[in-house]
Amino acid sequence: MVRRILFGAVAVALVVLGAYAAFFVAPEERTMGDIQRIFYFHAATAWAGETAFFVCFLANLLYVWRRAAKYDWLGVACAEVGLACITVVLITGPIWAKPVWGIWWTWDARLTSTFVLWILYICYLLLRSLIEEPERRALLSALFGIFAFIDVPIVFGAIRWWRTQHPAPVIMGGEGSGLDPVMRKVFFLNVLAMHLLAAFLIVERYLLERAKGAIQDLQREAEAQ
Amino acid sequence: MKNLQSIFAAYLIGWGVFFVFFVSLAARWGRINSEIERLKKGDTRGGGGK
Repeated sequence: MVRRILFGAVAVALVVLGAYAAFFVAPEERTMGDIQRIFYFHAATAWAGETAFFVCFLANLLYVWRRAAKYDWLGVACAEVGLACITVVLITGPIWAKPVWGIWWTWDARLTSTFVLWILYICYLLLRSLIEEPERRALLSALFGIFAFIDVPIVFGAIRWWRTQHPAPVIMGGEGSGLDPVMRKVFFLNVLAMHLLAAFLIVERYLLERAKGAIQDLQREAEAQ
Repeated sequence: MKNLQSIFAAYLIGWGVFFVFFVSLAARWGRINSEIERLKKGDTRGGGGK
C-alpha cells in the first residue's frame, strides 16, 4: 500500500514538474506564441494513451492465446486509462486549435482517426458491460480490443501519410522536423510524467479488477454450496 | 503571456479528467470493500459488479 501511494505521489509530482517546465522553462514558440505550451501536455498525454492501448492490445492477444483472467484485467485497465488519456487529448486539442486555426475542430485525418479511436474504446467498455458471463465477456472484448487497436497506427501515421490541418510531426517526423533542444527536454519530461501517471492508474485499475474477480469467484463458490 | 486563459483551461480540464477517473476508482474500491464485508458476514446476495 505504501509503495502504491509513493508511486502515485511520484507520478503526480512529475506531472506538476512537467507543467512547471512547460510554463516557465520551455521557450516561447515563434509562430504560435504561448498557446503552444499546451503541446507539452496534449502530445505527452496522447503518447501515454497510445502506449496504454498498445499494452491493452498485447493483453488482448495474450488472453486469446492463454485464456488467463489476469490478461483480461490488464486489458480493461489499459483500455480505461487509454480512454481517459484520449479524452484529455480531444479536449486540449480544440482549446489549442481555436486561437491558432480559428476553429475548434475539423474532420482531418488525424482528428477524425483520434475521434474514431475514442469511440472504439468506448464500444470496448460498453461491450464488456453488456455481457454477464466472465469468460465470454473476456474473450469477446479481447477480440474487439484487437480489432480496435488497428486505429492506433492510423492515428500515428495520419499526419505522416496525408496532408492535414493538424501540424506535421516534430518528433519522428523525418527530415526538416524537430524541436528546440530545451523544448525537446521539456517534452520528454512530460512524456515520462504522463506515462508514470498512466502506469499508476493502470496498476490501480488492475488491482480493482482482480479484487472484483476474486469476489465473483467467492460468490459462485458460496452459491454452489 | 498571451492566451493564458486557454492554456490554464487546457491544463485544468485535462488534470480534472484524470482526477475524476481517480475518484471513480476510489468509489469502485469503496463498493468492492463493502462487498467483501458482506461476503465475510455470509451474505451472497450482492452483485459484485462486472
